[in-house]
Amino acid sequence: MSLTASRMLPNNNFVGLRQYATLIDNGRWQVSVVNLALFGVLFLAASLVLGFILAALIDQRVRAESLLRSVFLYPFSMSFIVIGLAWRWLLDPTLGIEKLLHDIGLTGAHFDWLIRPDRVIFTLVLTAVWHASGLVMAIMLAGLRGIDREIWNAARVDGISTWRTLVFIVAPMLRGSFATAFVLLATSVVRLYDLSVATTNGGPGIASELPAKFVMDYLFDRGNIGLAAAAAAAATTMLATVAMVVAPWFYWQTRRSRQAGMA
Amino acid sequence: MNATVQPSGRRPARLTTGRIGLYAFLPISALFFLTPLYVMMVTSLKTMPEIRSGSILSWPSAHNLDAWVRASSQACTGLSCNGIQTGFWNSVRILVPSVAASIAVGAVTGYTLSFWRARGAKTLFAALMIVAFMPYQVFIYPLVRLFAMAGVGNSLLGIVLVHTIFGLPTMTLLFRNHFAALPMELFKAARVDGAGFWRIFLQIMLPMAVPIAVVAMILQVTGIWNDFLLGLVFTGCRNLPMTVQLNNIVASSQGERLYNVDMAATMLTALVPLCIYFISGRWFVRGIAAGAVKG
Amino acid sequence: MQHELPVPHGLVRPGAVSLRGVEIAYGSFRVLDRLDLEVAQSEFLVLLGPSGCGKSTLLNAVAGLTEVDAGEIWVGGRNVTWKEPKDRGIAMVFQSYTLYPRMTVRGNMSFGLQVAGIARAEIQRRVREAAAMLRIEDLLDRKPAELSGGQRQRVAIGRALVREAAVCLFDEPLSNLDAQLRTELRTEIKRLHVRLGATMIFVTHDQIEALTLADRIAVMRDRRIQQLGTPTEIYTRPVSRFVATFVGCPAMGFIAGHLVEGRRFKADGLDLSLDGYQALGEMAAGRPVDLGIRPEHITLAPGHPEAIEAPLELVEPMGSDLLAWVRLGTVSLAMRLPAETPLSLGDRLPVMLPASRFNLFDAASGLRI
Repeated sequence: MSLTASRMLPNNNFVGLRQYATLIDNGRWQVSVVNLALFGVLFLAASLVLGFILAALIDQRVRAESLLRSVFLYPFSMSFIVIGLAWRWLLDPTLGIEKLLHDIGLTGAHFDWLIRPDRVIFTLVLTAVWHASGLVMAIMLAGLRGIDREIWNAARVDGISTWRTLVFIVAPMLRGSFATAFVLLATSVVRLYDLSVATTNGGPGIASELPAKFVMDYLFDRGNIGLAAAAAAAATTMLATVAMVVAPWFYWQTRRSRQAGMA
Repeated sequence: MNATVQPSGRRPARLTTGRIGLYAFLPISALFFLTPLYVMMVTSLKTMPEIRSGSILSWPSAHNLDAWVRASSQACTGLSCNGIQTGFWNSVRILVPSVAASIAVGAVTGYTLSFWRARGAKTLFAALMIVAFMPYQVFIYPLVRLFAMAGVGNSLLGIVLVHTIFGLPTMTLLFRNHFAALPMELFKAARVDGAGFWRIFLQIMLPMAVPIAVVAMILQVTGIWNDFLLGLVFTGCRNLPMTVQLNNIVASSQGERLYNVDMAATMLTALVPLCIYFISGRWFVRGIAAGAVKG
Repeated sequence: MQHELPVPHGLVRPGAVSLRGVEIAYGSFRVLDRLDLEVAQSEFLVLLGPSGCGKSTLLNAVAGLTEVDAGEIWVGGRNVTWKEPKDRGIAMVFQSYTLYPRMTVRGNMSFGLQVAGIARAEIQRRVREAAAMLRIEDLLDRKPAELSGGQRQRVAIGRALVREAAVCLFDEPLSNLDAQLRTELRTEIKRLHVRLGATMIFVTHDQIEALTLADRIAVMRDRRIQQLGTPTEIYTRPVSRFVATFVGCPAMGFIAGHLVEGRRFKADGLDLSLDGYQALGEMAAGRPVDLGIRPEHITLAPGHPEAIEAPLELVEPMGSDLLAWVRLGTVSLAMRLPAETPLSLGDRLPVMLPASRFNLFDAASGLRI
């Protein structure tokens, strides 16, 4: 469909790749792609690292383990709309955290990222990390619990420090957990729509536009010309997802099952 | 190294630097995770003057439920001012049939895929995996057109169908993985006993799938309740779910923004999944883990 | 229940099983090559072989759980090749206990009968009888999770018995049990066979189970039946080196050598007469062969002119008897002796190898000569 000069009734008038050319020239699309890349990299890295650290710490036989686990994971049970609104309130430039900082005497402090076009994307990252790192923690913790405890004892006998063991011995053993978490988060990145609607609605201006939102807006708000652009954008997103996430995942899965089959 | 020799030297201190760091980092992270919930809660209990003058972290001076009442029954979305309760009941009406349908279909598909060498099983499985990973946006337009043609667009039936379709991959995988772990011989024994497709499913496999059905239910209830996109596109104006209404209320506040009402409405929307989360506890984690290990 | 059934002369008996040219392949992978097998009414046939030889596939084919690609399967005089499992007149016991976990023992045993629409009184009678036979009456209202492994397998057998089928199929039913229970249930199954007179086909990789239970054993290897015969035939006259090795514990000992003129066998440091060996065919001189002999067939014969002096290398006491490892030429052979035989390492024992007990196999093909 993205290859036709489509109106609300799709026809098969083939116009080749012109729609894609138009799309690439669309400034709003360019912003949204750059945002997606920036958001994706920061969000994935931060969530994976924070989630892994939390899991590793919780795994050190701490007190109140189940309480901490519940606290870290509860954001994941809530709707993006809910957490988007909550963070929008927290980050409110007049009454939110900025006011808190002013009230405790830091009058020079600024925390107005929500309305600064060059910073607004970071607020989305912050919110999304808050939402998802509990999930990473849960997956990692399951992985850690699946590792033979003896490995820790062996490392201790060899005189390897705890953090070295964690980073160089245990983390590589959690490849599978990392892959699972990565794929889950990465697919959610491409899908991300609700959160941006609730937190910034793409604003200020188009500064926090994302592809998923771009597709939706063009699909329903702009009638005929928009449709083709939306379809093209959707197709592009789809291809990108397949190339970046699904294909490696499938490759990894089949390789793993083949190895399991030979064992 | 003789085992009978007494250990020499001092007993090492248990509280190492690492341990201190551990006990510092975890509570700080916990605060980071809890603050938004706390702020939502206290804001919803304050009056507007108090919100403007005080800090967002301060405890409300008087426990004031006005905002909650207004959020649930008076807040406005566009022209109607019935509060978010319409959305609540809409969500319930979407939730119940959607959860039931998606679990039922997923269980049957999972059972068929694991025990019966059905033709096209591999194709179906591949299709499910693709749907599972693709952004919803890719499927929305074709589905909207299809539903419009079939006459179920913008209706309760439409949204139930959509949730069933998009829930199918995860539900199928969940049940398939569960059934695949059972011994094939159990199935063979039932066939020797003369039981057919439905009898084996209903009398033998389904009773064994109760735990996974609970997991599936937790997953679907939270997922469908929290859905925004599908509800926005497929339900039409009369059946908008709670998340969509919440966003409308907050977005359409005219004049002065009533943060306490907004936060009360937000809390109300979050209540159902939060309750499920805190009641189900470990089951919730199991659900995520089971849903996460796709394929 | 079955043993007093009158069998009209000239009719095919209800429990006879017949496989004619059965072939099974999974895709391009052959699991069974054109296989023929006749099992008589009331016979206890054991399918014996290493894993992957096709024995379980064969059993599944009889049960109707695996479709055949060619050939026919007959049970009790009816061609059941394309019949559903329930319509074949068979019952089956599986390796893992395969009880329906959410049903009581009674529910497990009645399920198949309920499906078949049998009257409640009749179901109760059959369950009661089977439970009495297997001594599980007091377990009837328990759930499988509350039973021990041995009890579960008894229930699984009970579930097969209530079908009152003329043919009972067993797919390695004892291999998940510990050694003591295995022996106990083995005896139980044999007793049931004598009492019921049903045809039984029993798959196992355990040669002791095969020898103790079977009327006839079919030794399978690589998708084929290598030898079909009574336990005695299989044990004393194995058709191939494979069968000889697979059956018998401790295993048969082997000496590699070749045939020479005058019906003699020659190996490094050994020259044995073959007088008394019943050969299948001609014994051409120079042919390379493996000579096999079971530990209990090697005897001590002090003063006998043909006895060979063999140094004792190792003694393994086994309770009632012992295994003495002696050196003959370049090989070590085990001989079974009474436990009280006075022996000390380094003794030179006068050993007799009776030619009538030899098993000669062609070195290349492994087939009996």
